[in-house]
Amino acid sequence: MMEANRIFNNLISGTVGPVMILVTIIIMVWYAGAVYLNSSFLIDRYEKNNVNWSFSELASDSWSMERPVLPSPHQVAKELKRTIWDQKITSKRSLVYHTKVTLSSAMLGFAMGTFLGIVLSVGIVYVSALDRTLMPWIIASQTIPILAIAPMIIVVLGSIGIIGLFPKAIISTYLCFFPVVVGMVKGLRSPDKILVDLMNSYSASKVHVFWKLCMPASIPYLFASLKLAIALSVVGAIVAELPAGAQAGLGARLLSGSYYGQTSLIWAALLTASVVSATLVSVVGRMERSINNRMGLQT
Amino acid sequence: MNESSSSKASQSTIIDISNLCLTFETQTEPVHALSDINLQVNSGDFLSFIGPSGCGKTTLLRVIADLEKPTSGTISVEGQSPHEARLNRSYGYVFQTPALLPWRNIESNIHLPLEMSGYSKHEQKKLSQHYLSLVGLLGFEKKYPWQLSGGMQQRVSIARALSFDPGMLLMDEPFGALDEITRDRLNEELLRLWQETQKTVVFVTHSIPEAVFLSNKIVVMSARPGKIIDIIETNFPKDRTFDIRETPEFLEASQRVREALKEGHNDGS
Repeated sequence: MMEANRIFNNLISGTVGPVMILVTIIIMVWYAGAVYLNSSFLIDRYEKNNVNWSFSELASDSWSMERPVLPSPHQVAKELKRTIWDQKITSKRSLVYHTKVTLSSAMLGFAMGTFLGIVLSVGIVYVSALDRTLMPWIIASQTIPILAIAPMIIVVLGSIGIIGLFPKAIISTYLCFFPVVVGMVKGLRSPDKILVDLMNSYSASKVHVFWKLCMPASIPYLFASLKLAIALSVVGAIVAELPAGAQAGLGARLLSGSYYGQTSLIWAALLTASVVSATLVSVVGRMERSINNRMGLQT
Repeated sequence: MNESSSSKASQSTIIDISNLCLTFETQTEPVHALSDINLQVNSGDFLSFIGPSGCGKTTLLRVIADLEKPTSGTISVEGQSPHEARLNRSYGYVFQTPALLPWRNIESNIHLPLEMSGYSKHEQKKLSQHYLSLVGLLGFEKKYPWQLSGGMQQRVSIARALSFDPGMLLMDEPFGALDEITRDRLNEELLRLWQETQKTVVFVTHSIPEAVFLSNKIVVMSARPGKIIDIIETNFPKDRTFDIRETPEFLEASQRVREALKEGHNDGS
């Protein structure tokens, strides 16, 4: 009993144990869900062919269907192995290749969105006319479903000869700049009144107040926004690949998966996209920690 | 020799305020923060504003610092308008809280005003070393504000206010948030700094012993409207220590301040 207790405590302390437990639970639910969702089709087929079936047969059949409603985890894993491990990474059949395509437009969009967001926030904070005129438009822009506006942007830009990476990056930019604007406006306005008074007591210029007080004070707000923005940039890049029938990218994989009813292909692409997003968010988190350390802030 | 130079300096008026009023317009009714203030501060003075909260003592200090504009009346600081005086960086301001930038270490917090005045890196370093040693914080250059106690942080903020060698030091209840033991020690230290740097100090407090111990001029104020009730001058030696707190002169001065405060209170109600 004591021994079991000790093993359990070791398991749930740290991060590896709890994560493993959670992953195991998800996989179990996934297998159960695969049986549940695929069973009606299988049972229909059994009855049509007058086959006597047991639950174990149903389970094993539902985990190995060619076109399941929900593929089982090992089928997705096999798909991932087939498209990542067994391919040259430059091959068009490789998920790594498609990930790279999506990632490059996501990163370009993230960079442009961050830049645009910072520029807009500075304008909003320092030009009161912009505060009143710009903010309602910025908020309105985010009420339009991205799926509705993405094809328009791609088509319009395509018709004036801009194709390829850039239009896709624009969709990411469109999603990215919003959290950056909101966060940075709050951040640039965050310094205490007493610190603003302090700068005034030195008769500091606006430029000095901006660089020595407001900008450093807004860094924590910026990073909170960047974590949101970088995840959105991947979403934007994938969404941008859907309407235009892109030839490459994770969005293109999702699209061809649904054309041919290959759900395991869709799930493999989805899983890859979420791993990419999570990695990017944690990279931003690491940057935040290292900058906080350099700024001497407590973390 | 020190004595003679300081007495010579104390001849000139450095702050001259006459018939000054300040009214804050609020949504309900105007608030008369300051009413008919007349005051001269001489160079080398250690002058304290004392009064109940809401008597406008901080507001008056902020008017001198040009962080607040008077509604009427005249004020000159070092022979200029407060605005010009602020542009010329003629005062160092110490706030109720240390107001240090959390992302700068102690040394670079002191460099902040120096950077904006265009001192070279070498001069900045030299000045921060000098003023850190003056407030007894050598060796803490690379620490960050959160690593220091409240008293040490306030000493950094005093060093920062002195670093660009302004003629005046304006202090708004700088030790209000500190415990009494730390406060006593910092009072003695401030007195020593005043003596060493020959600066004019304008100090806001609501502690009678602090005001009497530190100042040679105590301005007693009352609330609603904020006005001056009495100005009490004391004549303790510049190198006084806490021993003077037991002397009859000290107790008498404290008594006069207390009575002026009471008078102001009765007037107000």
